[in-house]
Amino acid sequence: MVDFFNPIIEALPYMVSGLWITVALVIGSMGLGLIVGVPFSALKVYGHPLIRKFIGLYVWFFRGVPVLVLFYLFYFGLLSWLAQISFLSFLPFNNAFFAAALVLGLTTGAYQTQIFKGAILALSPGQLKAARALGMSDFQAIKTIILPQALRFSLPAWSNEYSIILKDSALAYVIGVAELMSRTRSVAAITHKPLQLTLFAGLIFFVLTFIGVKGLKALEKKVKIKGYAQS
Amino acid sequence: METQTVLEARNIIKNLGGNTVLRGVSIALNKGDIKVLIGPSGSGKSTLLQCLNLLHIPEGGSLLLDNKPVNFKNKSELYQLRQKVGMIFQEFNLFDHLSAKENVSISLRKVKKQGRKEAAKRAEIELQRVGLDDKMNLYPAQLSGGQKQRVSIARALAMDPEVLLLDEPTSALDPELISEVLVVIRDLAKNGMTMLMATHQISFSAALAHEFVFMEDGIITEHGSPKELLAENATSRTKDFCAKIAELTGEQA
Ligand SMILES: Nc1ncnc2c1ncn2[C@@H]1O[C@H](COP(=O)(O)OP(=O)(O)OP(=O)(O)O)[C@@H](O)[C@H]1O
Ligand SMILES: [Mg+2]
Repeated sequence: MVDFFNPIIEALPYMVSGLWITVALVIGSMGLGLIVGVPFSALKVYGHPLIRKFIGLYVWFFRGVPVLVLFYLFYFGLLSWLAQISFLSFLPFNNAFFAAALVLGLTTGAYQTQIFKGAILALSPGQLKAARALGMSDFQAIKTIILPQALRFSLPAWSNEYSIILKDSALAYVIGVAELMSRTRSVAAITHKPLQLTLFAGLIFFVLTFIGVKGLKALEKKVKIKGYAQS
Repeated sequence: METQTVLEARNIIKNLGGNTVLRGVSIALNKGDIKVLIGPSGSGKSTLLQCLNLLHIPEGGSLLLDNKPVNFKNKSELYQLRQKVGMIFQEFNLFDHLSAKENVSISLRKVKKQGRKEAAKRAEIELQRVGLDDKMNLYPAQLSGGQKQRVSIARALAMDPEVLLLDEPTSALDPELISEVLVVIRDLAKNGMTMLMATHQISFSAALAHEFVFMEDGIITEHGSPKELLAENATSRTKDFCAKIAELTGEQA
């Protein structure tokens, strides 16, 4: 029995440092997705028709193309091309982690745009009208009245998005990001013990999902609007 | 006594969804005036009220606040006007994620740039005025319809508006909750608030209003004091209409 777990114990330090890269990748891309998704959702609902069209195209592209294809397309295509432009050389286009975070961030950004947009549209339109009637600018009204509510209502779907991006992050090994899955594969190749190691990696992903979803559920409870019947 | 015009609309034209909903409406509110808008459903009452604080931008006509024309295209003039022209909606439109007190104070802080303390203090005063001393920290979902509408009145009053526009403030309320809102409106009238109100509460507003304004099909077809329009021997569209409402609601006109 001890023999069965031995490869895991030996590989543990190496895999744990991969775990941190996975965590950083997920936090980075969820964060980028949030930075993109919040303004884009508001602009998709309230913006100029041309801006709405542009955001529609963005969402359509990143929802339509598989993440794996996007990794190749960005890392070997777009980003390696951008890396040759000298005045952009301060950006780490040749860095695989950067490319992976960008791809996952823009992908979840597209989904998050849709999530927040749905939540905005679900709010009663009268609240925006009332805010305007009090003399608030549209920007103020969206920031202080619309988004605080829309973001609250988006939390369950956002938590879902987290678990999806966590799993998608494991695909980043294809461009050589040394995250958990890629490290699991390389240790497995050396030790010839793929079963234990993969099981262990799976367990870690499960625990990460569990912690994230629980944490977001707690946040949802904490910010719940009083008196609202919300599950 | 010299009268001072607070808000005046001249020949307002508004198109919505391909239809001309307002076809040249003019109305003036002097300081302390209480005018009541009545008319059949779809006649353009709500649209007119929303044009008066530029929630709808009219396609034609002009708007004067304190005798100064307002430039619809100038955002800051637009926001200025809306601060001075309060609006009460049929559906209350409270901010669901804010307590009663925060509903009132938020615009003081964001629009009037008051400090948190000062805004909270003013919110308390306004909520006391509408009889909600003990509900200040409750959220909209925890309030009855009548209480919600009173919060929305407090919210509008906190901005110190020169005029209050009310769009059927009691129409969404259960019958037993109507009077608590009407009491507040009557108090406002007593204190000289300038008001334009669309309503179906005929007998209440007949006792309050200086003028009934009857709208039909996007224009004002009749106006005058409730006394003359509803007199025993009067023959007015207004009177017919009020009689019809009285019949429907069982109210004595
Ligand atoms: N956003 C809109 N788009 C298209 N048409 C509209 C819109 N809002 C109102 N209308 C139309 O404009 C007309 C006037 O509507 P308005 O709401 O001003 O009437 P009202 O007098 O307030 O009626 P009610 O007594 O039912 O409240 C109606 O024919 C209505 O269908
Ligand atoms: Mg109406």
